[in-house]
Amino acid sequence: MGLRSYIITRILLTIPTLLLLLTMVFLVMRVLPGDPVALHFEKKADPEQMEAMRHILGLDKPLLNQYADYIVGLVDIGYLVAHGFPNLGKSMSNFDEVGGQVFSVFPATLELAIYSITLASLMGILLGVVASKSHNSIWDRLIRGFGTITYAVPVFFLGIVLQLIFGVYLRWLPTGLRIDPSMGLPPPTITGLYTIDSLLAGDVLKFFESVKALILPTLTLGIILSGIFVRLTRTNMLETLRLDFVTAAKARGLTDDNVTFGYALRNAFLPILTMMGLQFAALLGGAVLTETTFSWRGLGTYMLERINARDYTAIQGAVTVFGLLVALVSLAVDILYAYLDPRIRL
Amino acid sequence: MISRTKVKRSIMGNLISPLLSMSRKGSSGWMVIVGLVIVTVIVVMTALAPWISPHNPNAQVGPIRQPPSLEFPMGTDHLQRDMLSRIISGGSVMLQVSAFSVFLCFLLGVPLGLFSSYTGGYFDRAASLVVDAVYAFPGLVIAIAVAAMLGPGVINMALSIAVVYIPSYFRIVRSQVLTIKELTYVEAARATGAKWYTVLYRYVLPNVIPSIVIVATINFADAILTAAGLTFVGLGGTYDIPDWGWDLTDGRKYLLSGAWWIITFPGLMIILLALGFTLIGEGLSELLNPKLQR
Repeated sequence: MGLRSYIITRILLTIPTLLLLLTMVFLVMRVLPGDPVALHFEKKADPEQMEAMRHILGLDKPLLNQYADYIVGLVDIGYLVAHGFPNLGKSMSNFDEVGGQVFSVFPATLELAIYSITLASLMGILLGVVASKSHNSIWDRLIRGFGTITYAVPVFFLGIVLQLIFGVYLRWLPTGLRIDPSMGLPPPTITGLYTIDSLLAGDVLKFFESVKALILPTLTLGIILSGIFVRLTRTNMLETLRLDFVTAAKARGLTDDNVTFGYALRNAFLPILTMMGLQFAALLGGAVLTETTFSWRGLGTYMLERINARDYTAIQGAVTVFGLLVALVSLAVDILYAYLDPRIRL
Repeated sequence: MISRTKVKRSIMGNLISPLLSMSRKGSSGWMVIVGLVIVTVIVVMTALAPWISPHNPNAQVGPIRQPPSLEFPMGTDHLQRDMLSRIISGGSVMLQVSAFSVFLCFLLGVPLGLFSSYTGGYFDRAASLVVDAVYAFPGLVIAIAVAAMLGPGVINMALSIAVVYIPSYFRIVRSQVLTIKELTYVEAARATGAKWYTVLYRYVLPNVIPSIVIVATINFADAILTAAGLTFVGLGGTYDIPDWGWDLTDGRKYLLSGAWWIITFPGLMIILLALGFTLIGEGLSELLNPKLQR
């Protein structure tokens, strides 16, 4: 199978998974304890008001019709082109388009996710290589211990501790928000990522401010996620370093670094790549807590804010986007994997 | 009753005896022992809280937000309560939530995995599809969504956490049973005319138990962290029940005043408890899968 037909098959296989995922989201939000409108009003509003809202939101239709509306809305290309975001229904609070709200906060989560996963994998791979090179030494033990402890630390606790040290005591870094409010408006939106938009606008000052605001959240999420990469890199490197081709490379007189990074790590990298895809879901979960800790206005804080407003249609929209994101990333990782490792396409 | 002693014996054989021998030579055995000690100490401390805490954890006994001192070794919070007493009794919510959710996962995930894998066919394929979809989804996001629909409380928290982790049990049981059901002794049991549920319960299940124990201990750690996360986003308990997660969340409001003791001690306790379970799980998995051990 060529790369192209592999990609097509993989995309087709994503469709049933996605459909299943969307169905689950729908079931959780609509069927679980009953009526979202009654929950929204905490059963205090008069029946007419509740009936009016049901009608506007289409919640008075039979469940199957609501389900069809939900799925059809998501694949409505015309709507997507006209608005620039998919149809996720209307908010219960002000009947705004949920899609618009979700996609205005989405880049914040994306920015945090990109920098965190980069930090986590770099840190994890580096520490994992160091540990495997000095197998069973004190460094190996310390790094393994680090990997185990990161597993047990609540991500928001690490965030709070970093805020306390670098924000409250040392006053080096801001404890929250994506950019200091004293800087005025955020950079003009092109990608929605402040670090990139500020550079595109040629505003170096805002670039540095947005980087400063990113450091603590990225460190928090990156450190917590790095543990799994440490473990995986270490195990795979230990296995690879024993293989004949590594010995052969050493025998040819290549430098130690060259053998480690050019030969062994390249081979140990594929399982790490898979793990990066799998960890993306964990990353998003951690991002919800990290965003809350750092008042980072992203998808996670949006979802929690909507929960407090008892805005169930908006919660459904946010959860849907989380699900779509995970499915897309796992698709991208699989394709990248097939590109890097031709064996998978056989 | 015979089968229960069989299960017991297989746990003894597979878990306890290698543990005792490994404690003499390997680090994995020590991980399990240290983990067990941490968890036992915390459970006993929480159970004995009413008798050993110096103060009532909800009583106003000192000044507002006093740093650690001789009288209040862990300081006091903004409601003048003694942090040490709150730490001693604050594990109960987390232990209850995680124990209940692990129990639920066990109750639903294991039979489902056993049945699905053993019978195979359409049911197995459908169940695997659903489970894989849940498994791929960000766990905390599902837990938050379910908890938001169900409302606060220990049982609802446990339910929303269980939803996230049932797939782990299902997957591990399913993959194990796929191999076990092809073994000769299972075939022999079937040949003697044993009913499918007898085969599953008496012949297949005992061999799956060790793997489930590992998943359950790791799941305990995950459940504790998820419970803490749910509390942190406001879907947990209330202020009148001492809870590390709640103290940590509420203490964050006084972060800017530099009141580090209100957040540090509850945070460290959560880490310690989760670490205890992680050590048990990791140690056990290394003991039972010597191939993975390096």
